[in-house]
Amino acid sequence: MAESVLFFTELLGLPVLDVKGRRMGRLRDAALVPLVHPARIDRFLVGGGWAWLSIRYDQVASISLDGIRLKDEVLTPYHSDEYMLRIGRDLLDQQIIDINGRKVVRVNDVTFEVRSAGGNGNGNGANGHDHNCLWILEVDVGVRSIFRRLVQGALPPRWIRRLQRPIPPNSIRWEFCNIVEPDPQRRLRLNISHEKLERIHPADLADIVEELGQAERGAIFESLDSEVAAEALSEVDPKMQASILESMEPEKAADIVEEMSPDEAADVLSEMEESTSEDILEEMEVAPESEVRELLEFEEDTAGGMMNTEYITLHEGATVEDAITALRGNEDQLENLNSLFLVDSEGRLTGAVPLARLFVASGATPLRQLASETLISATVTDHQDDVTELFDKYNLLALPVVDEEKRIAGVITADDIISVLRQK
Amino acid sequence: MLKTWRTRIMVFLAVLGPGFITANVDNDAGGIYTYSQAGARWGYLSLWTLIPITIALILVQEMCSRMGAVTGKGLSDLIREEFGLRVTFTVMTLLVLVNLTNVMANFAGIASSLELFHISRYFSVPLASVAIWFLIVKGNYKSAEKIFLFACILYVAYIISGILVKPDWTQAAIYSFKPTVMLDRDYIEMLIGLVGTTIAPWMQFYLQAAVVEKGITAKEYIQSRVEVIFGCIVTDVVAFFIIVACAGAIWSNGPRDIESAAEAAKGLLPFGQYAYLLFSAGLLNASVFAACILPLSTAYSVCEGLGFESGVDKSFAEAPIFYWLYTLLIVIGAAVVLIPGFPLVRMILFSQVINGVLLPIVLIFMILLANNQRIMQEWVNSRFYNLASWITVVVMIGLSLALAGISIRSL
Repeated sequence: MAESVLFFTELLGLPVLDVKGRRMGRLRDAALVPLVHPARIDRFLVGGGWAWLSIRYDQVASISLDGIRLKDEVLTPYHSDEYMLRIGRDLLDQQIIDINGRKVVRVNDVTFEVRSAGGNGNGNGANGHDHNCLWILEVDVGVRSIFRRLVQGALPPRWIRRLQRPIPPNSIRWEFCNIVEPDPQRRLRLNISHEKLERIHPADLADIVEELGQAERGAIFESLDSEVAAEALSEVDPKMQASILESMEPEKAADIVEEMSPDEAADVLSEMEESTSEDILEEMEVAPESEVRELLEFEEDTAGGMMNTEYITLHEGATVEDAITALRGNEDQLENLNSLFLVDSEGRLTGAVPLARLFVASGATPLRQLASETLISATVTDHQDDVTELFDKYNLLALPVVDEEKRIAGVITADDIISVLRQK
Repeated sequence: MLKTWRTRIMVFLAVLGPGFITANVDNDAGGIYTYSQAGARWGYLSLWTLIPITIALILVQEMCSRMGAVTGKGLSDLIREEFGLRVTFTVMTLLVLVNLTNVMANFAGIASSLELFHISRYFSVPLASVAIWFLIVKGNYKSAEKIFLFACILYVAYIISGILVKPDWTQAAIYSFKPTVMLDRDYIEMLIGLVGTTIAPWMQFYLQAAVVEKGITAKEYIQSRVEVIFGCIVTDVVAFFIIVACAGAIWSNGPRDIESAAEAAKGLLPFGQYAYLLFSAGLLNASVFAACILPLSTAYSVCEGLGFESGVDKSFAEAPIFYWLYTLLIVIGAAVVLIPGFPLVRMILFSQVINGVLLPIVLIFMILLANNQRIMQEWVNSRFYNLASWITVVVMIGLSLALAGISIRSL
């Protein structure tokens, strides 16, 4: 009787029979070679006598609960497994990421599909060597697979299949599984990428990463695209941000920090030890580096420590037309922008124009006419509690921050305030 | 100079929590009873064990917090990844059984300490269990940790009551350093009980999880180590004062066995209302404290090890097994205290037997994990450390098995 699906727990320990039907040993593990094929089991490892033997997938004639029949005698001893992802050793009991469910799960068992394939993959192939191979279908989590693991070996497999039926299954399709491998070399050899993770919303990705161990965390951020990594990193708990960056090469860490907004970058760097943050700053490009350095000068719980330096200023004599031109040159800032700031020729802050007012004014209107009636600002040394109070009192979305000479130094936005309040 | 000191203290306070709390929860209702009994029956004789117990406690706890800081994973996670599902399942089953009886013992502690204040257990226990459930499920970890740290401070009650009793300090000092071994079955049983109650399996799971939860990294670990050592010492200082209080109040008026920690509190009554009140309040605090942490820690360890969703930040639908386990532990633990004639003492003896089986397994796993280069990188145990911890483990195994044996005989 042939099965269409097989569980790894059932596969393990199956007798392996040679061409003449003699028993050679038991199956010890099965392995993918992801560089060759992402889902088809490429090697079967059989233990018999002293050493383990390695069986290539096309040396197998049939696979069923009764055993694995071979059609080839020439087996190689099992030694190097650099390119192998061994199911029993590397996948079972380990944590993987469920892309669809956006969470970290632990692998209890693996479900395979038994497929028939000809020599050339078209049914009864030209050379007539029909054979079975195994494709990973799903990774099993949840109670049903735990039950299977616990009674494995204690009851005959067909009984177990019958007994487990009332328990609802809980599995994740193999396409949606993302393995986490801390070792970069092995990641290359096993063809593991974290591309799929880039489709997850950065906030969800941050939650996932928080559940993993230290090494795995670093590995994920190292292999993600810097922009995605930066977005996800800003959503991670601030203390963890620092430890993640510290575990990376300064060069890669710098790439990520560059993509973060300068105030967040400064917050992370100020959490680190000075020598580490200095290494990262040195690897950064000049422009973002100097911005971040300026911000690092301020105490964390002051307006200076909270503000970012992404803002647009115009001379107080400018018109709406000038403002639109300025906005066109700063497309990358538009997403989080809600005010323009007016300065005099000394750089001193003289007004704030809510962005929305530009749309209803004609191009020649002087910006001064559009500015808010009262100009509210904070000084770099103001305490964060006072800043929060200003936001609450005046229902602000953005608050300009000035230095001692009243020159604009940065801007605090409502999301900075939310972070502060959340941390309390 | 001043600044570096200030930052150092700040960093210390920032990591203060996991180790300190764990070590203190260790003095739960069961622990207090064991110490009281040791003092009431044997006076100052058992004090010498506290120093070796403290050292062993530090060794074991330090390994846990180091593993947590280096790997960012819980102990049950590591056991699962290295030793497979069946082993994990067995360990977790034993852990649930042991902890369930511990929860019972602590609800019994709540009941009997409040009865000293003339509050009926049919009122106090249901109220306490509901309050505990809500504190954890509806509160957040930060606020809970603050409450726990405050609860740790309340252990001072024992130190004060110990002083109020005016025990014989010269004797206490002498016997703290003078090992006394007698070939008396009851005496040896008491010694084993002292050790067994101080180093319990669940603490290792809880501590490591708490270190991970707090996000302590390998770099900050040095401060964390100081905290663990500090916590262990404080725990045993409290134990010292409980023993001394009972020795001074009960043993000096005629050595006798006591049946519960509440009875020990009554024994302090001749030394004034305050000594009595503080001792009872201390018992209440310890019982509530442990009843909060034990069910939570159990639910976390089991779900992590077996791969179920866990965490109080998840909803009931997302993490059903976590919430069910947590709720059942509290409900069953509280309910049995209200059943008249429930064989609680037998249950506790039974739990000591399972504890005796579980503790060696957990300790051996811990040493193997802490020596695994792949997991611990440069933070593996040093050779000296291994020697010391293996000695601890062997002694602990011997004692636990002996205690288990004795408990089976009296079952």
